[in-house]
Amino acid sequence: MNLLIKNGRVIDPSQKLDDTLDVVVENGLVKEIGKGLKAPAGAETIDATGKYVVPGLIDMHVHLRDPGLEYKEDIISGTKAAVAGGFTSVCCMPNTKPTIDNKAIASYIINKAKAEGSCNVFPVGSITYGLSGERMSEMGELKESGCVAVSDDGRPVKNSELMMRSLQYAAGIGIMVISHAEELELVGEGTMNEGYTSTELGLKGIPRVAEDIATARETMLAEYTGTPIHIAHVSTKDSVRIIREAKARGVKVTCETAPHYFTLTDDAVRGYNTNAKMNPPLREAADVAAIKAGLTDGTIDAIATDHAPHHEDEKDVEFNVAMNGIIGLETSLPLSLQLVENGVLTLNQLVDKMSCNPSNILGLQRGTLAAGAVADITLIDPTCEWVVEADKLASKSKNSPWLGQNMKGAAAATIVNGKVVYQR
Amino acid sequence: MAEFKHKHIIALRDLSKEDIELLISTAENMREINSRDIKKVPTLRGKTIINLFYEASTRTRTSFEIAGKRLSADTVNITTSSSSTTKGETLSDTALNLLAMKPDIIVMRHSVSGSHYFLADKINCSIINAGDGAHEHPSQGLLDMLTMKDKFGRLDGLKVAIIGDITHSRVARSNIQGLTKMGSHVFVSGPPTMVPPGVEKLGNVTVCATMNEALQDADVVMMLRIQQERQGKTLMPNAREYSRYFGLNPNNIKLAKPNAMVMHPGPINRGVEMSTSMVDGDQSWILKQVENGVAVRMSMLYHVCGGELE
Repeated sequence: MNLLIKNGRVIDPSQKLDDTLDVVVENGLVKEIGKGLKAPAGAETIDATGKYVVPGLIDMHVHLRDPGLEYKEDIISGTKAAVAGGFTSVCCMPNTKPTIDNKAIASYIINKAKAEGSCNVFPVGSITYGLSGERMSEMGELKESGCVAVSDDGRPVKNSELMMRSLQYAAGIGIMVISHAEELELVGEGTMNEGYTSTELGLKGIPRVAEDIATARETMLAEYTGTPIHIAHVSTKDSVRIIREAKARGVKVTCETAPHYFTLTDDAVRGYNTNAKMNPPLREAADVAAIKAGLTDGTIDAIATDHAPHHEDEKDVEFNVAMNGIIGLETSLPLSLQLVENGVLTLNQLVDKMSCNPSNILGLQRGTLAAGAVADITLIDPTCEWVVEADKLASKSKNSPWLGQNMKGAAAATIVNGKVVYQR
Repeated sequence: MAEFKHKHIIALRDLSKEDIELLISTAENMREINSRDIKKVPTLRGKTIINLFYEASTRTRTSFEIAGKRLSADTVNITTSSSSTTKGETLSDTALNLLAMKPDIIVMRHSVSGSHYFLADKINCSIINAGDGAHEHPSQGLLDMLTMKDKFGRLDGLKVAIIGDITHSRVARSNIQGLTKMGSHVFVSGPPTMVPPGVEKLGNVTVCATMNEALQDADVVMMLRIQQERQGKTLMPNAREYSRYFGLNPNNIKLAKPNAMVMHPGPINRGVEMSTSMVDGDQSWILKQVENGVAVRMSMLYHVCGGELE
């Protein structure tokens, strides 16, 4: 299918473009960007007046729960949620059952996504076999079979030597290591951020320093070995500071945060709301401010959702028993657009953090609308107002802290490999 | 008489000063029943109360059971160690099944903070919290305040020292919530590993670095039970050293006012948080607390049923 996307505000930081332009898509690739372009033969024309036209959004941190936990989400429902949220690519974490620690599972995901999915799915393999934290996965084969990074997301690689060797080994292969930075002993039985709210609610707290110590270790290991590392879901003010300082020293560290960490504080837990329970936990106002500052000054490279679907039966329970995590694919774009509305980011920076940077960090060769690039394109309607309703979410799971709340901004259309896969 | 508008009693944080006054004054009236030869009134005849205990308890469960029986309610006790953290029926399913048997009140103790709010969203009978995690223990807070009122005739302007593991104590939280509303001042002290962040913002609370500071001129000294299983782990070295710095004894009690009362929610580790002479001494109100517990729980059961005294 060929396309002419007319009169949109094309924002492509990879080419320093921000202008009202037309985009021509032919045979799944971007053919041309310019003013007053003609539709190629047999092309569908999309009027993008009043919309932003940006390189397809990339969520570098999601849990698709497939294989093994399909009652929460699967590749079909998860990628439907992705394109409804404007994402053309997602990177899925390896804590499936079985773990993505071998070629068979990676291939299963890639093949199922190609056959039945709505967007590109790039698997992330595990650093250690079965997420055991004990011995390295076959990273070479994981890379060959299509994995774009390795991570034990959900838990840290506790053994510092194994983590250091994994960084060195992965660097040799040319695959990024994504760290879940957490010091487990300090987390203990904690279920929310340690602070005044945990004291009032009588819930065991998780101190910020549990994340900060691990963030510091990762940056030091990367510095010592001279290898790259990416830190997942940064949530604390001191982790932002540690990463900022490491970057200033030339350490090859990148990081991401999630919309809930710049939108909510641990106040959201009040009422023992299990949809505000995640790991790392929601922090306090000073952390939210630091996360925003880190986004502004470039310390934080990417916005990723950590989309973590859980069945109602796993959330509609006592607080301590509830699973960690919330869904995020369908709310990430409007929440991130608020950063632009509030002057935290420019639109260009936002597109960087939701498309160009994730692509560059993981080498996905997307995140651009340059002629000849794969035509992954998101059309954003910045004014669209809508309400988050459980029965309208494409995700199988409904564990969102924003249910019933108003959102502003949405994907107007999502185009993957030149094909319109979603239209609002 | 003022009206009690709450269907549930889950936390003293949710109650007003007037609510607390009403619960305490009704408890004072209930004591008369407990001193009769025939300790029974027909007030809650035909009402069914289920005591659902997910944690071991002797005192509180017995006290609630006796309270229900003295008001002529039918009481049933369920003690189970299995919660939904272990494999088995979920709390919600257990509660819905019990509800199908049409109880009027479920009195529950549960190890997870906030589980009573979770339940209150799902079922339509009254819920009374007999202790949830480290959150609240409202009947204990009320009986403690009733006991203080017995001694001082008032609940405002008292200096109350609470000593021990504040972080894990639902008794401390309920007392802080209640005493602050009644106009008293709480001084807490314990090893810094057992004092939770921001506790001073929970109410009229001052955190004291040493136990002696907290004891200074106190009207009430409330000692908390130190959990044996915390010994030798990360929060403190051992009971011996704990007792040295945070144990109440005949020497440090002298820092408190001469007529200060000594309290403990039980069960007591004699020789750890309190010396035996303090437990059994003249200043101890510990057994009076237990006695008042029955009256306070009668008052709570009565008020959530919304009835009039016959």
